[in-house]
Amino acid sequence: MSNGMLEETQVIPLAEVEEVDLYHAHHWITKYVFCQDAKVIAIQYSATAILIGLVGLVLSWLMRLQLGFPEVFDFIDAESYYQYVTMHGMIMVIYLLTALFLGGFGNYLIPLMVGARDMVFPYMNMISYWVYLLAVIVLTVSFFVPGGASGAGWTLYPPQAISEGTPGIDGGIILMLVSLVLFIIGFTMGGLNYVVTVLQARARGMTLMRMPLTVWGIFVATILALLAFPALFVAGVMMLLDRVLGTSFFMPEMIVQGEMTSHENGSPLLFQHLFWFFGHPEVYIVALPAFGVVSDIISTHARKNIFGYRMMVWAIVAIGGLSFIVWAHHMYVSGMNPYFGFFFATTTLIIAVPTALKMYNWVLTLYKGNIHLSIPMLFCIAFILTFLNGGITGLFLGNVIVDIPLSDTMFVVAHFHMVMGIAPVLVIFAAIYHWFPKMSGRMLHEGWGQFHFWITFLGSYLIYFPMHYLGFVGVPRRYFEIGETAFVPPSAATLNEFITVMVLIVGFAQVVFMANIIISIFKGKPAGDNPWNATSLEWQTATTPPGHGNFGDELPVVYRWAYAYSMPGVEADFVPQNMPPGEVKRTDSATGPVAEDPPELHQ
Amino acid sequence: MSLFHEMTKKPWLVDPAEANEVREVGAFFLPAGKVGLRVFLVVVTVIFTLITIAYADRMLFANWLPMPEPWVLWLNTALLIASSAAMQFARNGTKQDDMSGVRDGLVWAGVFTFAFLTGQLYVWQQLVDLGYYANTNTANAFFYLLTAAHGLHMAGGLIAWWRSYSRMRRGASVADLRLSVELCTTYWHYLLLIWLVLFALLLIS
Ligand code: HEM
Ligand SMILES: [Cu+2]
Repeated sequence: MSNGMLEETQVIPLAEVEEVDLYHAHHWITKYVFCQDAKVIAIQYSATAILIGLVGLVLSWLMRLQLGFPEVFDFIDAESYYQYVTMHGMIMVIYLLTALFLGGFGNYLIPLMVGARDMVFPYMNMISYWVYLLAVIVLTVSFFVPGGASGAGWTLYPPQAISEGTPGIDGGIILMLVSLVLFIIGFTMGGLNYVVTVLQARARGMTLMRMPLTVWGIFVATILALLAFPALFVAGVMMLLDRVLGTSFFMPEMIVQGEMTSHENGSPLLFQHLFWFFGHPEVYIVALPAFGVVSDIISTHARKNIFGYRMMVWAIVAIGGLSFIVWAHHMYVSGMNPYFGFFFATTTLIIAVPTALKMYNWVLTLYKGNIHLSIPMLFCIAFILTFLNGGITGLFLGNVIVDIPLSDTMFVVAHFHMVMGIAPVLVIFAAIYHWFPKMSGRMLHEGWGQFHFWITFLGSYLIYFPMHYLGFVGVPRRYFEIGETAFVPPSAATLNEFITVMVLIVGFAQVVFMANIIISIFKGKPAGDNPWNATSLEWQTATTPPGHGNFGDELPVVYRWAYAYSMPGVEADFVPQNMPPGEVKRTDSATGPVAEDPPELHQ
Repeated sequence: MSLFHEMTKKPWLVDPAEANEVREVGAFFLPAGKVGLRVFLVVVTVIFTLITIAYADRMLFANWLPMPEPWVLWLNTALLIASSAAMQFARNGTKQDDMSGVRDGLVWAGVFTFAFLTGQLYVWQQLVDLGYYANTNTANAFFYLLTAAHGLHMAGGLIAWWRSYSRMRRGASVADLRLSVELCTTYWHYLLLIWLVLFALLLIS
């Protein structure tokens, strides 16, 4: 027998090799700056994402000022307006949401929730953050190069993205593409960590089906991202070559200002396919972690187990799979073969099935629950409503015949802000209110939280509901100014003013939120280890915030799933995942075998 | 236990047999590094597949002017095969606790890989001299793109190679090198496979 055979069998089951050599920082620089601890990396990721997200937010204010009050603000001209649109869209989707959900929450929650000391490749994890930071810096620099940032729209469609007449074709678009390529490289390093940590580094007893849904959501979203980002990567590199070397991957023959360009016979449609092959899964890269987080938060704050856990897991996986075969619903008006349209409309509608299933399960989880209307819970309920709303307009747009007149109108803007703008952001807020106590050891201020929630929730509906209507009457998207048209009634202008005022009010609520975070870090009410009486492992750490290595001297051992709430016959209304069955206190009235033993009591 | 089987579990039912006893985990009986490499190779596959699909799509266009395939490409292919073989040799060395085998294998793998990359650059130089610029025809552009993408992946592999190699120089034992050499070997074989597919694609177009 060769040693090779031996080697295959010799690998020790992970249950016993758990104790890893932890990396130890010896200098404050390696402890707080170039740190390999996933929790520190998570905070770095989150802080960077939120900062650049604030830039995206300010850009949206500028756009709204222009749309609400055209010709009032001299410093916004058509060129800069397009730059705002582009940078806003790109920043929000990629550099805020993707980075925050995967780099931020993924890094913080995966190791803690599966009971690992850290990510499996900590060094690579650290590099991932620094490459991300570099990508953000490169993107930011693009505002300041001659010609300014790209104004191509966040979809960066060629040929216009790199043709004369579009703002930012000198440096802006180049930096944008370089930044995207860097982002993807950085993400891939992080993504390998998230996937392999979930697969290989779980604590003893943490079977896949005992993982909290948050972990499932982030896990599947990471797989999607690993498979989808390469399409953006390839498209980005090819466009960069078209722009820098003058190749013709995407650039057709064109006459610009009376002269033939040197490009020949490229295929702009190819870009659209590559872009949306990434772009649609991207929606779910953001949505799946949100789904997971919502499931866990409503279960905890309604003191009830999640309804249909297994269905929820499968739905996440099914949505993930289906999201790769719907991309061309973004291309109904691109002139592609109508039979394609039929196919993609069908797949798009099929995705609604697992998604609706999740909706029902959330509602059934809340049904007869002991609902605590805490801030995280409020945000989650708001998410469910908002996602439902955006999902339904999505069914409209998924049909070719409805999409054609609505395409490129404000209706689309309203739709995608509902599903992937507002909805995930509501979950981010929910998650921050929920986990901030673990990250900082202090609670966020409840009253300010209420204020933040109601203004944000009602405000975003007042912003986006009217926008659907604007879309119906035909107000186009990505227009600097519509001026006078025969079909848009003057009342649209009043509505636009109203929307802009609402945007500023909602914006103010975010300032309050930021203040709440900063003040609470220092002055918040001490939270204790487990303020929400939650079952999952991150709440069972020895110290709060969790120390280096997460779980004190001994790794937790997991005995049950994460949804053991309000179990009959058990004294407390929750049983932590790592509490040995023998230690579960039973109520006096309970006699004989209770709690964990009778299966039928759990469902 | 297969992943699928695992996913059919009903965690809310407590199986009395499992209640007190917790089972081991880790979805695969493999070190994290191996699982990580496999996931990464999937990502690499997606990248090359997408470029290949784009390539095939563009081949159908009317003004596609295929490039000549310089004979040096055949030589480079041989070099790449040699580097892969050398890696395998090193890998066999780690299995048989044969340090000198590991050393020879690693050194030669590095040498052949460097030679391959140099050869690829030479091909580029030759084509540019002949006037096949990336912007004269999309076939050329794809050729440069594919070779560059593959070359950069090889260069990335050389970083991993360098880390094993310098660990060996610093006196690491065979056991210490086993995993990293194995990972390098897998990566080299896989990139060889990708190169063969790409080369075949270039030849038939
Ligand atoms: C306070 C919140 C926000 C406001 C007021 C806002 C406002 C706007 C406005 C006015 C546009 C331009 C519409 C057009 O003319 O086409 C826009 C575009 C866009 N927004 Fe937002 N937005 C907000 C948050 C977000 C978030 C959180 C996301 C994350 C997904 C997002 C993603 C996008 C995208 C992808 C575009 C399209 C950009 C383009 O057309 O190239 N927005 N937003
Ligand atoms: Cu889509």
